[in-house]
Amino acid sequence: MTIVAETAISESGMIARPRRRRRGSGASLSLAVGCVLIAFVLAGVLLAPWLTGAKPLALGPDTLQAPGWAHPMGTDDLGRDVYARVLYGGRVSLMIGVVSAAVGVALGTTIGLIAGFVGGATDEALMRFTEAFQILPRLLVTIVVVALLGGGIGKVIMVIGFLSWPATARVIRSRALVLRSEEFMAAAVLSGASWLRRIVRHALPNVWGYLLVSASLQVASAVLSEAFLSFLGLGDPDRPSWGFLLQQGQLFLQQAWWLTAFPGLALAMIILGLNLLGDGLATNAARRGRR
Amino acid sequence: MTQPLLTVRDLRVEFPARDREPIAAVGGVGFSVEAGEIVGIVGESGSGKTMTVRALLRLLPKNAEVSGDIRFNGADVLAMRPGEVRGLRGGAMAMVFQDPMTSLNPVLRVGDQIGEAIEVHHKTRRGTLRQRVEALFTRVGITRGRERARAYPHEFSGGMRQRAVTAMAVANDPALLIADEPTTALDVTVQDQIIDLLLDLNQRSNTAILLITHNIALVASLCRRVLVMYAGRIVEDGPVEAVLRAPQHPYTWSLLQSVPRLDREVERLAAIPGQPPDPSMPPAGCRFQPRCRFAVPRCAEAEPPLDEVEPGHHARCWVLMSNLAVAAQ
Repeated sequence: MTIVAETAISESGMIARPRRRRRGSGASLSLAVGCVLIAFVLAGVLLAPWLTGAKPLALGPDTLQAPGWAHPMGTDDLGRDVYARVLYGGRVSLMIGVVSAAVGVALGTTIGLIAGFVGGATDEALMRFTEAFQILPRLLVTIVVVALLGGGIGKVIMVIGFLSWPATARVIRSRALVLRSEEFMAAAVLSGASWLRRIVRHALPNVWGYLLVSASLQVASAVLSEAFLSFLGLGDPDRPSWGFLLQQGQLFLQQAWWLTAFPGLALAMIILGLNLLGDGLATNAARRGRR
Repeated sequence: MTQPLLTVRDLRVEFPARDREPIAAVGGVGFSVEAGEIVGIVGESGSGKTMTVRALLRLLPKNAEVSGDIRFNGADVLAMRPGEVRGLRGGAMAMVFQDPMTSLNPVLRVGDQIGEAIEVHHKTRRGTLRQRVEALFTRVGITRGRERARAYPHEFSGGMRQRAVTAMAVANDPALLIADEPTTALDVTVQDQIIDLLLDLNQRSNTAILLITHNIALVASLCRRVLVMYAGRIVEDGPVEAVLRAPQHPYTWSLLQSVPRLDREVERLAAIPGQPPDPSMPPAGCRFQPRCRFAVPRCAEAEPPLDEVEPGHHARCWVLMSNLAVAAQ
């Protein structure tokens, strides 16, 4: 890979940021494609009321119609507009994905930073606890818990969030171990900063990049987990997500391909987009780290 | 005379070792620093300089056992509670780090980092904080403070980072500034600027400075008094002119012989033979005795006390250079 760096001393005497030109960089390609995919799905989901006049739950006279002018993605067995259901269903899927990933990342970051910075027995205990969580078969536990507690968006979010923190915790802990021995952390001790302030003000900004990577991959995995739950019939029929649409559509797989194809495509696009974004960010972070 | 700003008595730093005697990194060090005074500490790597000053700020590793007495402004530093220690660090007693390249957080703006050093000790409004940071920049010789406060560390050159680190250390007008080899990582022209900066701070704000260094020329130009440490002990202390012109301890003498000088023609620099002792197995008697050219049998039998050789000048030696012919050359 060719990186052309030009360092110039600007007139102010400061060293100007080196300008870099990357040629054929795989990271920036996957970043770009990922961002386009995410932006496309996000635009559709957020602009749903302007993109269609139909309501996702409104029944209609035309059942199981193929895609056409009146219904761009056809209708389902109760005459509901699939286009509207996909657009509004994305709101449910993405909301669950984003909120549960936020829960997981926040929890993982807190545990990782504490384990890394406190060290010693606390670190040992927290890491064994994390490993115990990691060996749980996550989907199975999610199914059991949701089946026991019942569906409902809030519960699904909490269950997915509480089961997804270990990966983040381990990454952040390893960063914290590196940061702990950095001189500027010692300098923060020297300026009289408290334990909490050192972690929040000095360490956290140093792990933002890793958090972004972690968060984008977590959203993807949470969206997928939710789809999986809904597909098994543990979703909320009043707030149909993409997974729920897939589950409904599979009954008519032979007569009406459009019932599953469109929600499936949307799901694939957002998950691919988020993974490409996460990969690109991770590659960039690693490259920065090497310099 | 009034009470000194800092008094250290019989300071010991020991690390417990399994199945063995504890390892003494610092063994019974005592000195004092007056307000506004510049005191140098010189010695080889591993002589206990850094451990000594870290003990002053209670920055030693958890397994270190510290004993002795440290009085700062009349307060017992070793008896302080964690909150009081935090108030002390960066407040009345501050430290400038060795390597300015690594002691600034790369992801925070320089101005914010300095502002934080102030904020930790005094709640300050944002606007006032910005003004104080700019004033500090001016004081350490960074121009265009407003613009530079918004820059990140990587946009600063080495000298500017050292200035920024110094600005952070003096943010709360400390009474004592500890400078642990503040110039080692810098090139010569920048070293000179930093030394001027330290002198200026000392004269304008009456900040006492404890300067740790290998650099004897730096001690000569900056300090009033100097402590020479070897293997966890002070082997000689006194006024700079006396110690550098007529060193009494053979170690100080050898150290001065190993400094290149332009006014004397020497074919090879006189290195001190051997290695500093392993702190887990100190030699019997005087710690320097195995490497000393002037050792007599008594040196291996008992460790000499730190005796006064002339008013204010102490040396830990049975022989003393003034009694030897070599010193007269």
